[in-house]
Amino acid sequence: MEVSFLLNGEAVQVSTHPTATLLDWLREARGLTGTKEGCNEGDCGACSVVVQDIDGVRAVNACILFLPQIDGKAIRTVEGIGSDTLHPVQEAMITHHGSQCGFCTPGFIASMVAGHANGRRDHDTVLAGNLCRCTGYAPIIRAAQAAEDGVQTAWLARDAAWVATAQKSIHAPQNSDELATLYAAKPDALLIAGATDIGLWVNKQLRDFDEVIFINQCADLADVQLGEDEIRLGTMVSMARVHQVMAQYHPSYAEMIRRYGSEQVRNAATIGGNIANGSPIGDNPPALIALGARLHLRKGDARRAIAIEDFFIDYGHQDRASGEFVEAVTLPKSAPDLRCFKLSKRFDQDISAVCGAFNVVVKNGIVQDARLAFGGMAGTPKLARAAMAALIDQPWGEATIAAAAAALVDDFTPLSDMRASAAYRMAAAQGMMWRYYAERQGTPVSVLEVTP
Amino acid sequence: MSVHAPMAHDSARLHVTGAARYVDDIPTPQGCLHLAFALSSVARGVIRGLDLTAMKAAPGVVAVLVAADLPFANDVSPSVHDEPLLATDRVHYMGQPVALVVADTHLAARKAARLLQIEIEAEPPILSIEDALAAESYFEDGPRVWAKGNTTAALNQAKRRLQGEITMGGQEHFYLEGHAALALPQEGGDMVIHSSTQHPTEIQHKVADALGLPMHGVRVECRRMGGGFGGKESQGNALAVACAVAARLTGRACKMRYDRDDDMIITGKRHDFRIAYDVGFDDQGQIEAVRFTQITRGGWAQDLTAPVADRAMLHADNAYLLPHAEITSLRLKTNMQSATAFRGFGGPQGILGIERVMDHIAHDLGLDPALVRRRNYYAAPKSAARAGLANTTPYGMEVRDFLLHEMTDQLLSECDYAARRAEIAAWNETSPILKRGIAFSPVKFGISFTLTHLNQAGALVHVYQDGSIMMNHGGTEMGQGLFQKLAQVAASRFGVGVDQVKITATDTAKVPNTSATAASSGSDLNGMAVLAACDAIRTRMAEFLGQGAEVRFADGRVMWGDQNISFAEAVAACYQARVGLSATGFYKTPDLSWDRATGQGRPFFYFAHGAAVSEVVIDRLTGENRILRADILHDVGASLNPALDRGQVEGGYVQGAGWLMTEELVWDDRGHLRTHAPSTYKIPACSDRPAIFNVALVDGENPEATIYRSKAVGEPPFMLGISAFLAVSDAIAACGGGYPNLDAPATPERILRAIQGLQP
Repeated sequence: MEVSFLLNGEAVQVSTHPTATLLDWLREARGLTGTKEGCNEGDCGACSVVVQDIDGVRAVNACILFLPQIDGKAIRTVEGIGSDTLHPVQEAMITHHGSQCGFCTPGFIASMVAGHANGRRDHDTVLAGNLCRCTGYAPIIRAAQAAEDGVQTAWLARDAAWVATAQKSIHAPQNSDELATLYAAKPDALLIAGATDIGLWVNKQLRDFDEVIFINQCADLADVQLGEDEIRLGTMVSMARVHQVMAQYHPSYAEMIRRYGSEQVRNAATIGGNIANGSPIGDNPPALIALGARLHLRKGDARRAIAIEDFFIDYGHQDRASGEFVEAVTLPKSAPDLRCFKLSKRFDQDISAVCGAFNVVVKNGIVQDARLAFGGMAGTPKLARAAMAALIDQPWGEATIAAAAAALVDDFTPLSDMRASAAYRMAAAQGMMWRYYAERQGTPVSVLEVTP
Repeated sequence: MSVHAPMAHDSARLHVTGAARYVDDIPTPQGCLHLAFALSSVARGVIRGLDLTAMKAAPGVVAVLVAADLPFANDVSPSVHDEPLLATDRVHYMGQPVALVVADTHLAARKAARLLQIEIEAEPPILSIEDALAAESYFEDGPRVWAKGNTTAALNQAKRRLQGEITMGGQEHFYLEGHAALALPQEGGDMVIHSSTQHPTEIQHKVADALGLPMHGVRVECRRMGGGFGGKESQGNALAVACAVAARLTGRACKMRYDRDDDMIITGKRHDFRIAYDVGFDDQGQIEAVRFTQITRGGWAQDLTAPVADRAMLHADNAYLLPHAEITSLRLKTNMQSATAFRGFGGPQGILGIERVMDHIAHDLGLDPALVRRRNYYAAPKSAARAGLANTTPYGMEVRDFLLHEMTDQLLSECDYAARRAEIAAWNETSPILKRGIAFSPVKFGISFTLTHLNQAGALVHVYQDGSIMMNHGGTEMGQGLFQKLAQVAASRFGVGVDQVKITATDTAKVPNTSATAASSGSDLNGMAVLAACDAIRTRMAEFLGQGAEVRFADGRVMWGDQNISFAEAVAACYQARVGLSATGFYKTPDLSWDRATGQGRPFFYFAHGAAVSEVVIDRLTGENRILRADILHDVGASLNPALDRGQVEGGYVQGAGWLMTEELVWDDRGHLRTHAPSTYKIPACSDRPAIFNVALVDGENPEATIYRSKAVGEPPFMLGISAFLAVSDAIAACGGGYPNLDAPATPERILRAIQGLQP
């Protein structure tokens, strides 16, 4: 594949294998060794680079970014960030002793530059995807704060100007129709959206793929449509964008997404990818199921819509025909009773041991409707139907909650693994039921909201 | 004078621009080959057959080596020669290197490594403590026991008595830079190695043995590591030896770097421990006697397990005077990664044991745990120890410089401990689901290698005729700022700016026979060696220039009598007069004596102290938790560089809290490490640091004659994180019921289990 992009201000054209990563290319082909490989799976952020395209500036993990994904975009590595003069975040990291061993530093610089370019002040969230083992983060945050009002670097505008007129090189489908035609003809091809999961298949499982289709240039699939009562998210809408949308309509879901992956991962990952790969521990499905979302699938010109919970048939098995792809998901705009709880060993950038989404409508003290869905409790994201039955038409009180919590045992037989034991998963899911009730009663339940 | 100034890390600018070079960043010669290990997928068994056909036929593969192909020593052990580079007849853990692939790219080597066809007659692995005890699978020859007084009698006579047990997990180092080595073949069979190592001399030694060369045939260089934390004290041997052997075989440069998953699956981690205690005490909470049984899993090879377990025993007292104590240590051999050095080196585990005892006693008596701790402290200098006791450790060392009384006063006062403790108790009464906890913990950490002969260091300093200075020493830079501190020492000795001192890579050809940069000793040992080298040159210069008059080196000038010339002019004059401007320096720590067999002596030159108060909040419904605030006061003597020392304290606290909070190693019942990547093994992220994080350094100086009266700072702050764990325990106690009996790491699951264990 031919790919062209702007690298540290220089236009480059590369002939590449489709699943060659930007990180390997930078280090091995280009000799730009400032960008580091820390984990090769997008969890440590040492490989972070700054990407700019017509949607703006953001940090992404170069280790799980395939070269064709950056066609027509501008890349800044740590070597190119301070090429004019040191960027304010670079100066601040020196002044505030933000580096010790220095290996994570280039990745931190990339994330901090992207955050700075976007005027971000929520540094803990901006930097949640960058691990540092030396400093304890305190001096890095001091540096990020000190650089907040530093002047923007001149290359941002230069790169933006190049991106605005960039000609794309690769031959990838440009819209849903082209994708439908191509995929129907090549149903065995691998669809690649953000590659935050497929990147691991390549880097860790060392898999090769005969045929891949990059869908990131299908502009219409990245649409967010706000209807009267409904939100429609195209399959290519990034999780960063989903977060923005949910912050407005479903704040509890948004807070869960804030902890989903990291800034870099959310900048690459897509809503469609998270649904379509059918992971039992993906965090979007429980929320979407609790919201009563519908999934829109397309094969050729044939389209169908299903309740999203029906998509997940069994572990590793989804209701998706050969050549069929997830085109969009629709969900209600309003669900004031929705709460999402994500439970993991670490708050940020950790895969859930249990993810629970609760949407219980109470009128005059009686439960009118209840949708409860969980991830991490079964081979698929799944509705808690027994618990829902224990709630509906019952008085909204502790006895009903106790009954619903007890009924979860009928809904789920969770597994034990390195994230949690089966017993803990069940106990925590039941605890979430009580947390949901307590929160609805106005009792403080989130350790994240306690200040010393 | 640059010493004591809060200067930036020497490489800070290189770090932030990506110009700092690590092993994998070094440009390699054309034709450089890349290596990967093929690993055992079985934890224990006998190798019945190896089929390398598919590996050898894989694209890009140049050679595949197994144990029989190694020309000389098949040994990468740092201690007792029980660790072959490649498995011989048996495999001892899941992840053990069995074959070495040499290929033309890193990816080709990794892909081929997965094609190993191996037939192993599997045996049941020894994994758990119970497995190992049943099989009597010990390192050395069974339990080691060190004692003071008559513990049995004192326990029987004590007014009050408690028994308990705490299990604490190990810890993956998660240095951001994985292990890496590069071998460059030289003329005449010599070898140059670039290694990400804390111990270049050991790399040199192991490579020499593997190549059948004297040590002078191997030169090892390390400019910097991307983090070490003890994980690069011995664990880099395998990569360096593999590269050297492959380079000798092929005549080409060879490089090896572990993919992160391989790094975590192959290399050793912190030792996990189970510590049982039996303690007798009075109504005031003062300990009469304590008996500890420390059990640790050392993994498949001995590596550094003996000195780690020794140090755990040596820190079983932490800050407390124990009239009678008996410490039994069992070092178990198990079919897992060989546990290795990790910041604190057993000290944190030993200290957590006694801190748990303090916590348990306080809970039993309904006393403030901080008060119970203070009542048990060693006596302050010039004060009498309680009840006429000698102020000595269980290993017979007099505690002469104990600072924790005044440090505790200062910290508890400055962080408003008493009022906050009361406020938290009141808050907990009003909060049915969320509970807060607060805890204080001190640390007293012994400084010196317990293997006494390691307490030596060398340096090499050149002054060039233009007045520029090159400094080299045996220490390695892993991020701690050692090179910067020592450049400040050298600059101060010559009275010049630090920018006149060139920091150079650690190199076994410049300074020989170095000890690992470990045991927090880097600046203590190498600083004194640098000082000795600088002073040797300075003395020669002064003798020539002053001709008997006193000569001062300050502010870039050299002054004597009525003379005042620049340092460069002084150097030029000395050069013209044929004064030697290069010198080596050597240092050995004084006043050490240690008899390991009896567990008696003075193994440490001095103690470093620290004190921390942590506050946490937990959710009793799920066990979710977070650290809200930490206040730290730490003793670094007269700091060589307060900015770098503060960095060690902040980073140490967060890493220590990570060990006890989020970082959990999970092996399955086949011995497969299930947490072998950052997706499953969770070191603290940015938001896990305390939102309020106050760190202060004690304004003092080391009574011992250390380099500029500073103290070691690498390891001691790690143990400040124990206060976070104790605060979680305090929060659980607020849920009601008995003593929480919390094990580490305090994951949400363990917290919930502890809470539910309390529910009536």
